[in-house]
Amino acid sequence: MTSLPNSLRSGPDANGHFGIFGGRYVSETLMPLILSVGEAYEEAKKDPEFHRELAYQLTHFVGRPSPLYHAKRLTEFFGGAKIYLKREDLNHTGAHKVNNCIGQALVARRMGKKRIIAETGAGQHGVATATVCALFGLDCVIFMGATDVARQAPNVERMKLLGAKVVPVVSGASTLKDAMNDAMRDWVANVDDTYYMIGTVAGPHPYPAMVRDFQAVIGEETRTQILEAEGRLPDSLVACIGGGSNAMGLFHPFLDDAGIDIYGVEAAGHGLETGQHAASLTGGRPGVLHGNRTYLLQDQDGQIAEAHSISAGLDYPGIGPEHAWLHETGRVKYVSATDQEALDAFLFTTRLEGIIPALESSHAIAYAKKKAAELPKNHLMVINLSGRGDKDLATVTAAIGGVK
Amino acid sequence: MSRIEARFAALKRAGRAGLITFVTAGDPDRDTSQAILDGLPAAGADLIELGVPFSDPAADGPVIELAAQRALKNGATLARTLEMVRNFRQKNHDTPIILMGYYNPVYAYGTERFCADAATAGVDGLIIVDLPPEEAAELAGPARAKGIDVIYLTTPTSDDVRLPTVLESASGFVYHVSIAGITGTASAKLDAVSEALARIRRHTKLPLAVGFGIKTAAQVAEIGKLADAAVVGSAIVQKLADQLDENGKPKDGAAQSVLGFVRELAAGLTA
Repeated sequence: MTSLPNSLRSGPDANGHFGIFGGRYVSETLMPLILSVGEAYEEAKKDPEFHRELAYQLTHFVGRPSPLYHAKRLTEFFGGAKIYLKREDLNHTGAHKVNNCIGQALVARRMGKKRIIAETGAGQHGVATATVCALFGLDCVIFMGATDVARQAPNVERMKLLGAKVVPVVSGASTLKDAMNDAMRDWVANVDDTYYMIGTVAGPHPYPAMVRDFQAVIGEETRTQILEAEGRLPDSLVACIGGGSNAMGLFHPFLDDAGIDIYGVEAAGHGLETGQHAASLTGGRPGVLHGNRTYLLQDQDGQIAEAHSISAGLDYPGIGPEHAWLHETGRVKYVSATDQEALDAFLFTTRLEGIIPALESSHAIAYAKKKAAELPKNHLMVINLSGRGDKDLATVTAAIGGVK
Repeated sequence: MSRIEARFAALKRAGRAGLITFVTAGDPDRDTSQAILDGLPAAGADLIELGVPFSDPAADGPVIELAAQRALKNGATLARTLEMVRNFRQKNHDTPIILMGYYNPVYAYGTERFCADAATAGVDGLIIVDLPPEEAAELAGPARAKGIDVIYLTTPTSDDVRLPTVLESASGFVYHVSIAGITGTASAKLDAVSEALARIRRHTKLPLAVGFGIKTAAQVAEIGKLADAAVVGSAIVQKLADQLDENGKPKDGAAQSVLGFVRELAAGLTA
């Protein structure tokens, strides 16, 4: 797709920079490999056969398009804007993550790589990776923080059933950032046969752009679906942000539609004022980690801080570099929701709509509740329901002291 | 002539390769770490790499990661690392010090201010493992202005296409990472090292140091026959870790024990 010179959708530049953000901050051992991933992706983009197979797998394996669902009872409950849910929870494997995994597996196969590694937080990306590895007959190793292994046990079992090896990571706080460190350590030691399937719009170039492109199907479908349903584009978009792939997937096709308000919802954990949160844009500042320059939670000395969120998938001290850039340009407003607000949203969405949302997506719903109430009934708001919440039952029941 | 140039010239005159030792600044505490740093030249270190602790050392193995965690727990910062170098320079004027670490602490400090303070403290070179030449301009500019070398890494994946990019802006010496992997793990086969060094020498006249997986005096001696210097890191850091009690406090004589190991490593590098 060609973009106008003044488009917000034309980034990154050739070296992966979105303004000062992004880039390729990796050890020299990985540089030739990172450059070859970029070349392989550029070639794939030009190959009609690649697009044909991607479309085929998204339709027949993932089950796309996912519905854009008018949530009547949430709309009534919020008492303002008309609420639509983009149902990524209905994808095969239960979240948006699989969109990206299918695309990257096709890139890895073009590169002749037989072994796939990936990091995972909530386990959604791990499950999606293990699933596509089963589909394409690839070896799969998943790095997962030991803390997350404990709080996301069902997903660990699913990954193992699918044939993946799950490596519990015990360094640091044993969560997503530490899993990413260990995945990079594995990659540098296995450069010849291994492909690193990053699960979000972060990491060294080309990952932020490549993952965004594979997730943009969310926003592209939403555009078509809302035009069919309402005859016009939405007035606002809301999505949760950890690394930010579901949000970027929804937002990107709408960035140049100036009239649309776009909200990215970070995890405020116990509250921004407590310091125990995962809101990199609100509570962090620019730095370099995991291959890119972006906003990071860190101390004065540049040591990376531990993030906190009730949702393992948002528990990361960084954010994709394109979000950092959209934050600085002001195109997207970055806001937050606390653990408690997300829990409330998890519960009311389940009871009102018969949909159990992932705790990650519950952050988006929680913010939407506050915002929608201020808006008129003809305001069209699309919330990305990025995943389903079955995986979170243990966390939620523990947090509310048992289901009554 | 910079300290690094002078040291490699002296080694060449002496007809032997150099020993480069790596320790993590502030591991396990400030005093012990300073005592080790100050004792390294007499123990036989020809150049010193001083590791700047970072919370997320994704290119390092568990030995150096744990060292960084010990140091950070005891208050290590980039500013304190520079203070260690200042203290060292009051006693030693000839042995080059290269700071080795990750970009974020340097970026957080501010690249201009960091290069100015590092030069004043007596730092001679920088190895920033997650800053490839493509991203290095914002640090390399201020470093060059202050007479600090930015040292780049070559690896087994650096082919003839990649090498010119890496070596174009290199100064001081070239650090060849002999294995594809993290610190403190596998050791390279000597013929692979020999072949890689021959390839790199076709692209540069700078001295070549070889590191990663070099743990014993015998390996130092073998690498010394091929390269201009051998780097030992994890083995020295582990020697220190072995001298800590169950509370992470150094036992009596911990620093001397580490320096004794460095003496053994250096013994193999005679003309």
